[in-house]
Amino acid sequence: MQNFDWNALGVVFALLGAVLAALMGGIGSAIGVGLTGQAAAGVVTEDPSQFGKVLILQLLPGTQGIYGLLIGFVTLTQIGVLGGTAPDTLSKGLLYLAACLPMAIVGMVSAKWQAKASVSSISLVAKKPDQFGKSMIFPAMVETYAVLALLISILSITSIANI
Amino acid sequence: MKEEYIYAVARVRARELGLLSRQDVDQLMACRTYEECLRTLSDKGWGTGEANLSAEAVLAAEEEKTWAFIHELTDDMAPFKVLLLPTDYNNLKAAIKTVVTGVEPHEVFLPGGEIDPELMLRCVREGDFSALPEDMAQAADKAYHALLQKEDGQMCDVILDRACLMGVVRCGKESGVPILADYAEMLCATSNVKVAVRACKTGKSRAFLDMALAPCSTLDLGSLAAAACKSLDDLFGYLAATPYSEAAGKMKESYSAFEKWCDDKVMDLVKGQKMNPFTVGPLFAFVIARRNEISTVRIILSGKLNELDDGMIRERLRDMYV
Repeated sequence: MQNFDWNALGVVFALLGAVLAALMGGIGSAIGVGLTGQAAAGVVTEDPSQFGKVLILQLLPGTQGIYGLLIGFVTLTQIGVLGGTAPDTLSKGLLYLAACLPMAIVGMVSAKWQAKASVSSISLVAKKPDQFGKSMIFPAMVETYAVLALLISILSITSIANI
Repeated sequence: MKEEYIYAVARVRARELGLLSRQDVDQLMACRTYEECLRTLSDKGWGTGEANLSAEAVLAAEEEKTWAFIHELTDDMAPFKVLLLPTDYNNLKAAIKTVVTGVEPHEVFLPGGEIDPELMLRCVREGDFSALPEDMAQAADKAYHALLQKEDGQMCDVILDRACLMGVVRCGKESGVPILADYAEMLCATSNVKVAVRACKTGKSRAFLDMALAPCSTLDLGSLAAAACKSLDDLFGYLAATPYSEAAGKMKESYSAFEKWCDDKVMDLVKGQKMNPFTVGPLFAFVIARRNEISTVRIILSGKLNELDDGMIRERLRDMYV
């Protein structure tokens, strides 16, 4: 064990970060889109003309999965899997992992909460179809924090190679 | 799991657009005749689509449509027991009375209960209530013997009404849904107030009140019964110190004002469900809202049929959900 090269684990942790970003964002979005899909189906059962409006509201919690995929992809292009160079130290690998965590955690949590806001907005559209514009705002506010997490993760991942 | 109701609540929200609004009620009030009212309701989709339906048939069809919709949304009717139990107990009362008096049961049963009235009739005829739920069976046995041996119809009613209210409160608490528990508590408490006022006016004994009042958490039954045994003023004085202080004023005004107050309080209670997209609460609120509009339409129709003054009809109209 004394001869074990801990630095070889750098790429493992970096890959773990990429996986977590895609995995947790995807889980959050799957739950979120599933919940909003139930509400959307309920409204369309009663009033099929609302399909277009409720579909947009259903898809809002799906963006976190896409952001997670993007972070995973960017990480893979940096760590020698799809391009770039593999991290040569353990600390660099851990840095990639840390850089992926904002998107992984915020992505999963925000997708669930955005789904709840979307479900409420779908109810709003069901009762007042003319208020669709306003109903989009409420779940879209939750998106802000997923976008902030995406930004910080991208900035961190693309800067780590220069450290 | 609360997520189970997301689809159902979304459908309810869309259906709520079809509920009668205050403007619809005004439109019905503006109808000059009973027949015009029925035509207006038919234009709004009330009834079965058949021509020349009686008012009662139209209202019964609407009640049926409501329950058919709820059955379509969920297989679990447990949360709706607080609404179904009074129908079952009413049918049980009818079954016991028709069997004991030897009258043929013709149009005495209400539709929409959980238990088949034919089963109730069979139980009463055989004197064996074991096929009914345990609490109902015990109450049925007591009520049956009260009517059969003592020929006391009032005691029969009191036993079954009390058992019904206790069942409603228990179902409300067991549901774990706050709106159901609150509704059950309000139903039980206002029923107790009605019983106490009637008992006070007819000079009933303390023993009768102890037997008739159903336990609830917002009223102290001992104090209520004691006040009802003294005088109406004492009774209203006691109520003034409870959450039902307004009830005393309404009761002094008239019994119909009190009934309207009870229905409006229930409506205030369920209106909170308009902001709830996840639980069974909005489904429950929808049923209450439908029942409320059916009773409002019934008041308008009977007012128009009896050519009552519009002012008299309006003061009895309930608050609407939308």
